[in-house]
Amino acid sequence: MPQRLDYLKETPSQTAGPYVHIGLAPGAAGFQIYDQELGWEIAGPGAKGERIRVEGVVVDGTGSPVKDVLLEAWQANAEGIYAHPEHPGDVEEGFRGWGRVITDFETGEWGFETVKPGPVLGRGGQMMAPHINLWIVARGINVGLNTRLYFEDEGEANAADPVLNVIEWERRRSTLIAGRSERGGKPVYRFDIRLQGEGETVFFDI
Amino acid sequence: MSTPPKQGEFYQRDRRWHPPALSQDYKTSVTRSPQFPLISLENTASEITGPAFGHNDINATDNDLLSNFAQPGESPIGERIIVHGRVLDENARPVPNTLVEIWQANASGRYRHKKDTYLSALDPNFGGCGRTLTDENGCYHFRTVKPGAYPWRNWVNDWRPAHIHVSVFGTGFAQRLITQLYFEGDPLIARCPIVNTIPDPEAVEMLIARLDMNATIPLDTIAYRFDIVLRGRRSTLFENRLEGN
Repeated sequence: MPQRLDYLKETPSQTAGPYVHIGLAPGAAGFQIYDQELGWEIAGPGAKGERIRVEGVVVDGTGSPVKDVLLEAWQANAEGIYAHPEHPGDVEEGFRGWGRVITDFETGEWGFETVKPGPVLGRGGQMMAPHINLWIVARGINVGLNTRLYFEDEGEANAADPVLNVIEWERRRSTLIAGRSERGGKPVYRFDIRLQGEGETVFFDI
Repeated sequence: MSTPPKQGEFYQRDRRWHPPALSQDYKTSVTRSPQFPLISLENTASEITGPAFGHNDINATDNDLLSNFAQPGESPIGERIIVHGRVLDENARPVPNTLVEIWQANASGRYRHKKDTYLSALDPNFGGCGRTLTDENGCYHFRTVKPGAYPWRNWVNDWRPAHIHVSVFGTGFAQRLITQLYFEGDPLIARCPIVNTIPDPEAVEMLIARLDMNATIPLDTIAYRFDIVLRGRRSTLFENRLEGN
């Protein structure tokens, strides 16, 4: 009898479809069912660090905004610590590091409030520049797309970031850099995601 | 808190097992699929970690779609079913305390969503979403009605097979998965352009819940079994580069 490798296969992905909101954001679908929906607060009031807003739009291969996207964010706190038992260090009470937002049905705009993450220790002792991990699902997307948002005002750290430097095509790296502006005295980072075509955002196989 | 055993990267995702981004027959994918190849990353803390959820986040009754939207004393119309199974990783180890969320149409194939204009009726006693945490053995269960098939604008006469959307977290952001559960014996499965984005027929089989008479409650609720497999992780046998030493 031959030796066997008895690993299981991963359950295959399917698109989240047009009505993903029913399950993951029922309020947006038009009904109230849960006492609390999940993912609306990434960094509670107790979280330290600079309060920022992150926003953007997702466009398809025709340049049109996609209006049925669900995005999830996963980030470290201002000290570069993830709210996870395997990551050394502790996070503040109320810092979850995870959020879930949807695009507006009319405009396709999405946005969330959080704190700016700190640099995270990467592989081989190298520091990674501050970044927010994003996961995007929608109708027409068969497997959720992973990308990273980096910050324009972290030029030096970005230049040394081991993940950005894995991208051989230097001109594509800028698709991962969110531009900074101020609105009402508050920092706003703009991160438009292009699924296909001119200026296509870099997506990762993580 | 006890220190979990040292584990390394997640096994590489088998992109030939999952559907490709572009599948011409599923028309929406044509303009929503990246043209450049994905950039492969070796896992860092950003991918190994992920959000954790607890019993404070959800209600114990959130997994009962027969009652979580129904008026008192009322019940949705449709075939009463239990959907249950385990969440495992590729090493066949259970994934405990992980969040499983589902959403679906009602028995007539209509979603409670302001964008759904299908002419079949809403059910006043059915919302269509549920969520639960797996127990210490990775087990989960929901009670619901079996959803109906519904038409969609792809080819002019395309109908989705009865399905329940399923979202699972695991322990790391790299395990994040959304999929769809189909029902054993449904003749629409083989005709569906979304199902057929999956190239390997064996992979499709993993999405078909089996009728489970042993879990059926006699004279009450019929049962289907659906196990979910998330990516497994390597043991760090000879190196520990993730930690940076």
